[in-house]
Amino acid sequence: MRKFRETIIEKTILLNGFACILFVVLIFVFLAKDGLALFKTFAIQDFLFGQMWSPLAEPPQFGILPLFLGSVIVTLGATVIAVPLGMACAIFIGEIAPRWMREILKAGVELLAAIPSIVIGFIGMTMLGPVVKQIFHLPTGLTALTGSIALAFMAVPTIVSIMEDAISSVPRIYKEGSLALGATHWQTIYRVIIPAASSGIVAAVMLGIGRVIGETMAVMMLTGNASVMPQTILAPVRTMTATIAAEMGETVRGSEHYFALFALGLVLFLITFLINLVADAALHRKRK
Amino acid sequence: MVDKIVIENLCIDYGGVHALKNVNLCVKEHEILGVIGPANSGKTSFLRALNRLNDLDISSRLSGSIRLNGKEINREMDVEEVRKKVTMVFALPIPLPMSIFDNVAYGPRRHGIRDRKQLAEIVEKSLKEAFLWDEVKDRLASSGMKLSGGQQQRLCIARTLAVEPEVILYDEPCSGLDPISTAKVEDAMRELKSRYTQILVTNNVKQAARVGDRVAFFLMGELVEIGEAHQLFTSPKDQRTNDYLTGRFG
Amino acid sequence: MKIRAKPHFSVSTQTQQKIAFTLLGIASSLVVVPVIVIFAILIQKGWPAINWQFLTTMPRMGMRAGGIFPAIMGTLYLVGGTIVVALPLGVLAAIYLVEYARRNFLTRMIEVAIVNLAGVPSVVYGLFGMGLFVIYLKMGVSIVAGALTLAIMILPVIITSTKEALQSVPRSFREASLALGVSKWQTIRYVVLPNALPGILTGTILGISRAAGETAPILFTVAAFYLPRLPKSIFDQCMALPYHLYVLSTQVPNVKPALQYGTALVLVGMVFLLNLVAILVRSHIRSRKQW
Repeated sequence: MRKFRETIIEKTILLNGFACILFVVLIFVFLAKDGLALFKTFAIQDFLFGQMWSPLAEPPQFGILPLFLGSVIVTLGATVIAVPLGMACAIFIGEIAPRWMREILKAGVELLAAIPSIVIGFIGMTMLGPVVKQIFHLPTGLTALTGSIALAFMAVPTIVSIMEDAISSVPRIYKEGSLALGATHWQTIYRVIIPAASSGIVAAVMLGIGRVIGETMAVMMLTGNASVMPQTILAPVRTMTATIAAEMGETVRGSEHYFALFALGLVLFLITFLINLVADAALHRKRK
Repeated sequence: MVDKIVIENLCIDYGGVHALKNVNLCVKEHEILGVIGPANSGKTSFLRALNRLNDLDISSRLSGSIRLNGKEINREMDVEEVRKKVTMVFALPIPLPMSIFDNVAYGPRRHGIRDRKQLAEIVEKSLKEAFLWDEVKDRLASSGMKLSGGQQQRLCIARTLAVEPEVILYDEPCSGLDPISTAKVEDAMRELKSRYTQILVTNNVKQAARVGDRVAFFLMGELVEIGEAHQLFTSPKDQRTNDYLTGRFG
Repeated sequence: MKIRAKPHFSVSTQTQQKIAFTLLGIASSLVVVPVIVIFAILIQKGWPAINWQFLTTMPRMGMRAGGIFPAIMGTLYLVGGTIVVALPLGVLAAIYLVEYARRNFLTRMIEVAIVNLAGVPSVVYGLFGMGLFVIYLKMGVSIVAGALTLAIMILPVIITSTKEALQSVPRSFREASLALGVSKWQTIRYVVLPNALPGILTGTILGISRAAGETAPILFTVAAFYLPRLPKSIFDQCMALPYHLYVLSTQVPNVKPALQYGTALVLVGMVFLLNLVAILVRSHIRSRKQW
């Protein structure tokens, strides 16, 4: 009887392990089911390379290029800010800061990670937007740059925590060997520790990018949502995520527009899937 | 005396690396069999095979047969049944992070004994058999991890006794203990002789001489020699045994 | 690797180091200071709005007045539902990976799947939740649909932290139990899980705080724009704090800033409180750890 019960329990546990695969497959299936329906009526090359996203035009246009580039420009901007900051912070926490400061910094980074994106968006709208507007004399403060700055802060915790793991897992003897040869601590950090932790650092950057490209609420509130081909980082843009969030509420279920948003979701899913695979491969190589 | 465990052609390898080669031996009921040999001689693999703990290592492969009371343990018995009858005391004391009482009662509880009075009796009896009762009877509710090393090891012995095994395996049980604690553990082993079959793997040849009825010498995965303790120590038949005992290697 | 050791060079490498460390320090403070600033702003502007009435009454006049009671309750319902689903699912999956799974292709696939679940954008979870739960399974826009969506989203958080907690229980404990003839499941149940519990708890709390703060996944699965009553059942829609903040700050004109900041402060306060509990639990375990 007990034997029987335990077999049941163990089978349940096994099923739960597989559930994770099932969910990924389900997500893909449900995005693909509605997303691919778009291409019955709308040419796939016009979707991928069309330069206009205008669902209400006659006939409607679902070219995702402006949205894709909007996501790219915001992500690039955020990466340029977040990677150096995150890297510096990880090195400082892992190698330089005294114990008490390290605890404070770590707590600070953790709290930053905990702030909901909607709150970042809200504070960005009320505080950051006006500042950007003033500095660059723009008609509006809601630009790609504003989004990039806010998103950079959302990506920093991811980057810091993974990079710090990578740095702290560099064997002590590497460091001690270098110091024993008379290298300064700083020389040791950038000549020995950073190269040794490189694959972890790559993973950190990739996951940071993944976090930024998938971010929705803050970008929707901060980037101005103009679905035009982005020209500069100081102009309003619209990202793929924001498009889905903003327009899904207004579509008719089963309409072309509805399918187009699912197709957009499918594109996003595939992009982040790829990014995560690369990051995971980098982390995995490190472990071997 | 009756043969308790009969081992025939036992071979074990870990992913192609041989740990034991063609071991044949019998363990008699109610004896203490000392197992000696240098590091990597296969004595721990031998011990772990006897209560099927080597099942946990997925790279391990085993051939040959091990019979307990005439039943093949890998083919004719449940793994839990084997481990309940043949229990193990490890090299380092491993009290579970719970009270002394709960540590000893852990096994019986898992095997379905729920009655408080009965559990209390088992705990008292086991602790007495392991020579620990007098030292801990006033603080059964305190953590098993707060005991000294020697007490912890005797607690672990008490814990295995509580499941009423037939055979107790010791894997270098005194390697981390001071001489006085070691003596107490050895006392406990001698006291248990009348009811249990015991196998003691040890790095300490003198310990095998002190408590072993018979002693087996392992070298590089082979059983070199087995015999009465005084015979093996005074006039070993094999040159390699002699070399080991006189300190030529190991 | 060239390391210069001549005396007149060593002065300059020392200076180099000083400059580098200072820059790193400044960069680190750039990361942490905004957290403090955000906190300060929220408290300064939001605190005056917070009172008993704000927390316990319905919004009025198209959300331009009154309280945020239904939004708070909605978030609590959602978080409760999420945890009921995600906790057993995540813990069992982690047990499978740590205690049962062999090193093979399938296990690797599960791990990759978890990594990818963690990386799926929150709005894509929203789409998925709408497609599967709201439409396909006909749950409608409801608390169940939202909670299920959020549960799948926080699953990786719970699995990852549970895995770590299980792995931190020494192998010797398992062997000690198994050597007594105790079955594998009983060993997990009575030795491994109790000792991993605080770690699992920490992960769960972090998962909850993530679920409480997310907006995108609930946009099309549960959130109600303006619903000044409590949900009648789990198949009803409800308001939620993050979505309410979104609505107040972008969708409704002429809302008093105090109302927005107050809502933001309540949300952040809730999330920070959860995180604080998680941090405390974790440091408590570290100090109490017996092995």
